[in-house]
Amino acid sequence: MSEHKTHITSYTTHFMVLLALLILTWATVSITNINLGPYSVTAALLIACLKATLVLLYFMHLKFDSKILKISFSAVMVVFALVILLTFFDYLFR
Amino acid sequence: MEANTHVHRDDVASKLGMWLFIFTEILLFGGMFIVYSIFRYNHPVAFHLAGEELNDTMGLINTIILLVSSMTVAMSITAMQRGQVRRSMQLLVITIILGLAFLVNKYFEWGAKFDHHIYPGSSFLRELGTGDTLFFGLYFMMTGLHALHIIVGLIILVWVAFYIQKKRTRPDKYVFLENGGLYWHLVDLIWIFLFPLFYLIH
Repeated sequence: MSEHKTHITSYTTHFMVLLALLILTWATVSITNINLGPYSVTAALLIACLKATLVLLYFMHLKFDSKILKISFSAVMVVFALVILLTFFDYLFR
Repeated sequence: MEANTHVHRDDVASKLGMWLFIFTEILLFGGMFIVYSIFRYNHPVAFHLAGEELNDTMGLINTIILLVSSMTVAMSITAMQRGQVRRSMQLLVITIILGLAFLVNKYFEWGAKFDHHIYPGSSFLRELGTGDTLFFGLYFMMTGLHALHIIVGLIILVWVAFYIQKKRTRPDKYVFLENGGLYWHLVDLIWIFLFPLFYLIH
């Protein structure tokens, strides 16, 4: 049996994360409302990635989980990034 | 504690298994996001105009609902870990209610689209052209698959609530609650990307 203590995320932390997520949501809505042209896609995606990171680290507990989970998650992200990269190379330079 | 009792249980492995499943889900939706970006790249104007058709407010409300429900399910785990079974149950029930509210919103949102003759394969869409057909095809496919995940997530959470009721999920054995929570967060995670890409970016 594993004897290391399980990390318990406090209610306060969860609430602060929600607050951050709501503020970021408000930020995406206002950024896309002022027309930044092509940058609005980039800005919206950046904020979405930030929100996703918060959910993954705190709500999904990845920050406090074992190394094997962190490594395998990163590996999946690398694979996904490579697929995106290769697809776009194909489309942009064919 | 009872170091000598032999327990046939491995919570770390259970969680790892859940994460492996989540990886396949991320790649499933990831693939569709790539399709979206390629079609957007090919039909920028149609995607721009079609995006304006979607109801931003409805999308925003559903975003807030999912974010709050993600917090309540995470708090439900905290409560369980602290031995507050009743509170854990209450937070779980709140999560389930929020999930249902999301689906009710989705019903009205899709209903409004159908009323405007926008649905997969409609002759109205065909007249609008390829770009619009692709945009709404992706919209129905991706939000539809997401809504399906909400339904499955709700079934899992009800199942967890039943287990808590039966004391099969309890403060010393709650990996099912954790895994149900992980699934629910995944649904939230996907929506975090769906919302700006379909509703906000014009």
